Amino acid sequence: MRDHGRETLAVLIGLAFLLALPFLAEAAGKGFYVTLFTRILIFGLAAVSLDLILGYGGMVSFGHAAFVGVGAYAVGILSWHVFDGSPLMTWPVTLEGTENAFVVWPLAMLMGGLFALVIGAISLRTTGISFIMITLAFAQMLFYLAIGLRKYGGEDGIALYNKSQLVPPIDLFDRTTFYYVCLGLLVAFLAVCRRLTRSRFGMAVQGARINERRMKALGFSPYRYKLTAFVISGAGAGLSGALLANAAEFVGPAYMSWQRSGELIVMVVLGGMGTLFGPVAGAAAFLLLEEWLADLTEHWQIILGPILLFVVVFARRGLWGWVAGQGREDR
Amino acid sequence: MTLLLLIEQGLNGLQLGVMLFLMAAGLTLVFGIMDMINLAHGSFYMVGAYLTATFAPVFDSFALAVLAALPLAALVGMAVEVVALRTLYRREHLDQVLATFGLILFFNELVRIVWGPQPIFLQPPSWLAGTVEIIPGVPYPAFRLAIIAVGLAVAVFLYLLITRTRTGMLIRAGASNREMLGALGVDVKRLYTLVFGLGAALAALAGAMAGPVLAVQVGMGESVLILTFVVIVIGGLGSVRGALVGALLVGMVDTLARALLPTVLRTMMPPSQADGMGASLASMTIYILMAAVLAWKPRGLFPAHA
Repeated sequence: MRDHGRETLAVLIGLAFLLALPFLAEAAGKGFYVTLFTRILIFGLAAVSLDLILGYGGMVSFGHAAFVGVGAYAVGILSWHVFDGSPLMTWPVTLEGTENAFVVWPLAMLMGGLFALVIGAISLRTTGISFIMITLAFAQMLFYLAIGLRKYGGEDGIALYNKSQLVPPIDLFDRTTFYYVCLGLLVAFLAVCRRLTRSRFGMAVQGARINERRMKALGFSPYRYKLTAFVISGAGAGLSGALLANAAEFVGPAYMSWQRSGELIVMVVLGGMGTLFGPVAGAAAFLLLEEWLADLTEHWQIILGPILLFVVVFARRGLWGWVAGQGREDR
Repeated sequence: MTLLLLIEQGLNGLQLGVMLFLMAAGLTLVFGIMDMINLAHGSFYMVGAYLTATFAPVFDSFALAVLAALPLAALVGMAVEVVALRTLYRREHLDQVLATFGLILFFNELVRIVWGPQPIFLQPPSWLAGTVEIIPGVPYPAFRLAIIAVGLAVAVFLYLLITRTRTGMLIRAGASNREMLGALGVDVKRLYTLVFGLGAALAALAGAMAGPVLAVQVGMGESVLILTFVVIVIGGLGSVRGALVGALLVGMVDTLARALLPTVLRTMMPPSQADGMGASLASMTIYILMAAVLAWKPRGLFPAHA
């Protein structure tokens, strides 16, 4: 059974911790943790967006990193043109490069959504294993496309000389400021997703996962609902890509690699599918574990692999189910 | 000249095609019978290449090295099936993806520990190192011809195995109704392990043959795995015949696109731009092909469980 009191408490404690983290880290003299947790928030955002389709919609997208990469490249390419001084395009209208966050971040979401629309429209014609393989293949296609962008560094990617600009006093080069901006965006995205999953739209998407045939009989068109969810999810991933580009001050094809997509799935499942907050916890657990294992041994993946196997076989409800006493509602 | 180039590239495409078929056959069999998606299939390809590269100097013979590597790779495959994957057959595909993703990380790191991060170069056997003039004036590497021959021989072998033998009959029966097969007294578990081993051996064979053509390195399995997925999706999940057609199609289209697109684009734009764009367009061609096939037939060309 869903335990609302316990879940609310867990969310509040988590939020309080994340709000206090920069102070705690600086007080302990370990400012490095602010940077690490910024990464966690950004990947958390990407994982939440994946949870929307994976957990709620039952669509196992193995190419979600592609949308993250698209968002990152939107920021990277426009920033490159600022540095280079050349316009992005001259026909039919002249577009200059820009680093204005109010332009590039929404643009990153728009591009993420647009790519998701095209890829989703084709992929959603299939289900099950085919869907997994096709989303993987499309992500791989974008990966090679990015490598082919020789103007923008090809395989080496783009090093950003500047971060996106918000309104003047807010300086994203300050790591604490950037951390709180990421936290704010994550909280906002979580709020939007929570409303969405509880709306009629969200119910229809979940209905399509549980019993597609029945949804059709009720007069819904599952394909359109699923595609809409896919596009929203792609837009969320695009936003996280824009933040990731700013965090790393770098954009490269590696952002779209299939390992990244796999890691995002791991974060969602580790945290708990269909819980929205769980994937944030999953992202934290995964990145902290990675950090810790990498400290332990150079060959940390040989430990991480079996851990994944173990989690899949024995711990199906995910961290959130353990923390908040709930799994996905229909189980 | 163009015709000769076309013939040469056609053979290259055929060679890539049969290699992909070796991979796809095992993967599609495992899917058809156990309803299982196995990302770690590429790891068997990698293991096959590494084992062959290790044995080749020991036996001083490429062929013997392959013969030694195949049963070992099959054993690795069967061990993985028994230890890790057996519990996952009845789980969701998502669980299988995650678990086998973990296996890839494990195998990649294991290979890195045992053989080191540097690529290994594997020499083709000396008697196949030269070139053959397929038609006067067109020399073609003998080893690549051998790959094509081996691939086609395996296709015939699989056809005979599946349609003419008792094991093949059980494989077909397992694909159409697992429960009934078990009820008839067949040891389904053993059959699964066997098929898994067969798939692993085929992937290892592909890896061993690819060794002298490409570099033997960590992560070599994943790039071919994703191509194999494209093949299987185009051919239709679970169909060996579909895997053959899909593999040849993907091999041809990919190779010809890489060879011809830059040339074609050069007639329309400056060479430096044409080469860059041609290369990235060429690596996208097979995905566009896949999208086109799916738009036309969402279940692939030869759906197995129609």
